[in-house]
Amino acid sequence: MAFTKASKDQKYDRQLRLWGDHGQEELENAHVCLINSTASGTEILKNLVLPGIGAFTIVDGHKVSGEDVGNNFFLSNNSIGRCYKTSRALIVAQSCFPEKLLDNDPEFFHRFTLVIGVQLPESTCLRLGSVLWNANIPFLVCRTYGLVGYMRLVVKEHTVIESHPDNALEDLRLDQPFAELKNHIQSYDLEGMGKKDHSHTPWIIIVAKYLEKWFSEHNFQFPKNYKEKEAFKQLIRQGILKSEKGTPEDEENFEEAIKNVNTALNPTKISSGVDDIFNGEQCNDITSQTPTFWVMTRAVREFVHNDGGGNLPVRGSIPDMIADSEKFITLQNIYREKAMQDASVVSKHVESLLQSVGKPSESISEQDIKLFCKNAAFLRVVRCRSLAEEYSVETVNKDAITSCMDSADGEMVLYLMLRSVDRFYQQHSRYPGVYNYQVEEDISKLKLCVNSLLQEYSLNVNVKDDYIHEFCRYGASEPHTVASFLGGSAAQEAIKIITRQFVPFNNTFIYNAMSQTTATFQL
Amino acid sequence: MADTDEPEKKRRRVVELTEKMVVDGGSRDGGEWDGRWNHINTFLERPGPFTHPDFEPSTESLQFLLDTCKILVIGAGGLGCELLKDLALSGFRHIHVVDMDTIDVSNLNRQFLFRLKDVGRPKADIAADFINGRIPGCNVVPHFKKIQDFDESFYRQFHIIVCGLDSIIARRWMNGMLLSLLVYEDGVLDPSSIIPLIDGGTEGFKGNARVIFPGMTACIDCTLELYPPQINFPMCTIASMPRLPEHCVEYVRMLLWPKEKPFGDGVGLDADDPEHIQWVYQKSQERAAEFSITGVTYRLTQGVVKRIIPAVASTNAVIAAACATEVFKIASSAYIPLNNYMVFNDVDGLYTYTFEAERKENCSSCSQVPQDLHFSPSAKLQEVVDYLTENASLQMKSPAITATLEGKNKTLYLQTVASIEQRTRPNLSKSLKELGLLDGQELAVADVTTPQTLLFKLSFTS
Repeated sequence: MAFTKASKDQKYDRQLRLWGDHGQEELENAHVCLINSTASGTEILKNLVLPGIGAFTIVDGHKVSGEDVGNNFFLSNNSIGRCYKTSRALIVAQSCFPEKLLDNDPEFFHRFTLVIGVQLPESTCLRLGSVLWNANIPFLVCRTYGLVGYMRLVVKEHTVIESHPDNALEDLRLDQPFAELKNHIQSYDLEGMGKKDHSHTPWIIIVAKYLEKWFSEHNFQFPKNYKEKEAFKQLIRQGILKSEKGTPEDEENFEEAIKNVNTALNPTKISSGVDDIFNGEQCNDITSQTPTFWVMTRAVREFVHNDGGGNLPVRGSIPDMIADSEKFITLQNIYREKAMQDASVVSKHVESLLQSVGKPSESISEQDIKLFCKNAAFLRVVRCRSLAEEYSVETVNKDAITSCMDSADGEMVLYLMLRSVDRFYQQHSRYPGVYNYQVEEDISKLKLCVNSLLQEYSLNVNVKDDYIHEFCRYGASEPHTVASFLGGSAAQEAIKIITRQFVPFNNTFIYNAMSQTTATFQL
Repeated sequence: MADTDEPEKKRRRVVELTEKMVVDGGSRDGGEWDGRWNHINTFLERPGPFTHPDFEPSTESLQFLLDTCKILVIGAGGLGCELLKDLALSGFRHIHVVDMDTIDVSNLNRQFLFRLKDVGRPKADIAADFINGRIPGCNVVPHFKKIQDFDESFYRQFHIIVCGLDSIIARRWMNGMLLSLLVYEDGVLDPSSIIPLIDGGTEGFKGNARVIFPGMTACIDCTLELYPPQINFPMCTIASMPRLPEHCVEYVRMLLWPKEKPFGDGVGLDADDPEHIQWVYQKSQERAAEFSITGVTYRLTQGVVKRIIPAVASTNAVIAAACATEVFKIASSAYIPLNNYMVFNDVDGLYTYTFEAERKENCSSCSQVPQDLHFSPSAKLQEVVDYLTENASLQMKSPAITATLEGKNKTLYLQTVASIEQRTRPNLSKSLKELGLLDGQELAVADVTTPQTLLFKLSFTS
């Protein structure tokens, strides 16, 4: 490609700030397969080409029609009647139907980082789902149907180290200060220090000092309930310096301390989510095939049990706070150094795990281990059920469907309608209501499909006639704005899968353009 | 099957990176072709159970969209490019677009109507060209201007206005403009004077889309608290107690640059000049080293100086699509529009929250209730100015206050013109009583956040 590193940095600057250079590298090394370049498909494609996905293969056997050009930004009216092709980055066009590839060369799909299937009929979708499930290749199913958007993610196990949670709690260890932190807190003498120092002492130190005071007066118990926390805040407030007249001085750092009491007193503990990950099967049985994520998880688990006193490695970051530079930087370095220490202990565990399965210790870099430790509290593992499980009568998620149908006008009815029109297609080789004259007569036919669907899965729910009418009205249309909404949504999920950053949905997403609402179900 | 024998050799058509993003350019004859509007006609010609009560299926609705309906798109950036595409492919042909910016390289990761060769050219112009060239029959009229360059006569011509802005001030201005177009007869709002405003905003993986019927539903200022004011670092931190790499950059930008004038007298810091940023970067590193602060990078420096907000194609696509769907619904009466605010976030799965933002009874912009200002007669004018800027529901930027004193219109304080600022500055330290203001007096306040002067009623507290 013609772009230099510098020009790529410039072009991708706004997104590099979200997923970093390493995330960008993953995108550029990815090879995505798109099946069907309808409006939805090309919108997804555009939203992946723009951020720099390395390579695409488009599989589509359809010939371009007039209505395709009407809703698709990437087709011109000169292309009507021809097979679709595009030019941008490295795009390979495979002019055939996916069914043919499934018949003759299913391993064709094994080369891809991710396969995105758009507007697929049910049978093709299930066949492809099975091939990809067995080959462990993530599969993203997308469709636009009238004013409804649908996505289904199918991935056996997707691990995320950098989930970038929106509102992460700090890791301050005020309830269990490690030795170096304790010593550092000791080095402060709030009562004896001058005014300037007093007003520029970090709130972490202030809370720690007053906690010590509280302990000595409350039998070494933490402030537990609202009343006690308020009393604790008062205790801190009393520590604010007073002027000669007896009025409290303006000490913003003390105000910060008071404001942060509630979160500062959160007990240091491992979340249940991370606990579950520690107890995962892959964590127990480390072999030479075990992915890096699980080796590091196991190493951290070892750390937690042997070195961390039940706690994760210290994260090492603290929020900004009113303080003079020296006090803040010194305090920050206490946390940073502890984090580094903990990470190197984890590193030893990683090394011995790798050794035990005959792999060189270089196979997992120090950098990766440090990143893992920093994010240890935010690890996520997404496991989606297969399409086979979703569609099988034995394993269908009846509970989810039935309970969601309690709100009869929620998004679940739209899911059931999509399944019903698929049934219709199977029986009649077409979708309902495509032509005006079909709309009325297809309603009763579609209703039969709905009923047979509900019966087959023993779903004791009621689908209002209005939705059956509406789905006939849609005539399997693919209006551009709905396709575009889906295009943006799907592209970002694809980016999450490829970069392994941020957390993908699990596993069914429905968009209702009539009400501008969405829902996610785990089916 | 021969096709799949050697797929790489026989079927593979690898195309080099080109500037075109589409199949064969082809000639544009502006003509229609069979089936072109099939995907849309479904919603215009067929009755349905969820349509708007006013909806009547007809073959003429499409003609209205194609021939008559006039849409204004504000912004031709991340949201604007998507909006233009979405509208053009939804049957809208008479579209105007306003954008005062030129194209930058960093736009190219999402503003897909622009290419490397377009860098430096006006966004509105290039966007219009691209759409007009790609969508036969579509006529996008570009305006390389600020929204403030137009007056009511311009805005009045549109059926619907949709905003893809990156500035709250601009949003508030548009909001104020549309409110000023409302016509009341005997206190009753004339519905034909309402121009619906669809507003979209994005930031990283977050976004929102809202529908505003000025005079009827919550306006931008009704929900101003949803946009908390930007927090800047305190001066003492920047000047003497830096702790974060960002503090170091702000020090260089705000204090060192004016002192050292590295590129000459009177040469202000141009955030888009890489040489300027390089200088700031180096000086920031020096500052950081002085205080043992780590983490100053070129990227961080640029981010702080330009107040960069991260952005990706996907969020813009989603929000613009939602907005365009609303434009379609309103123009065609096909469905009940979004009522009235949708929030989107795809950091963890995909999350949306849709709710009805409520009108504020005493909204400074749309309530037609004159705002009360409660001050003691001995309060200084400075306190009034502070209130106007700091109050969460007002958040003015540089309010100019005038009042009628002894039958004459007198400017009490105005910041935006240097000579007048100097002349009226002494008034700030005078009390309201000293300035001759009376209880119940009307104060007229102008500000960049609104095209119209706002009237306040001064109410003296004892």
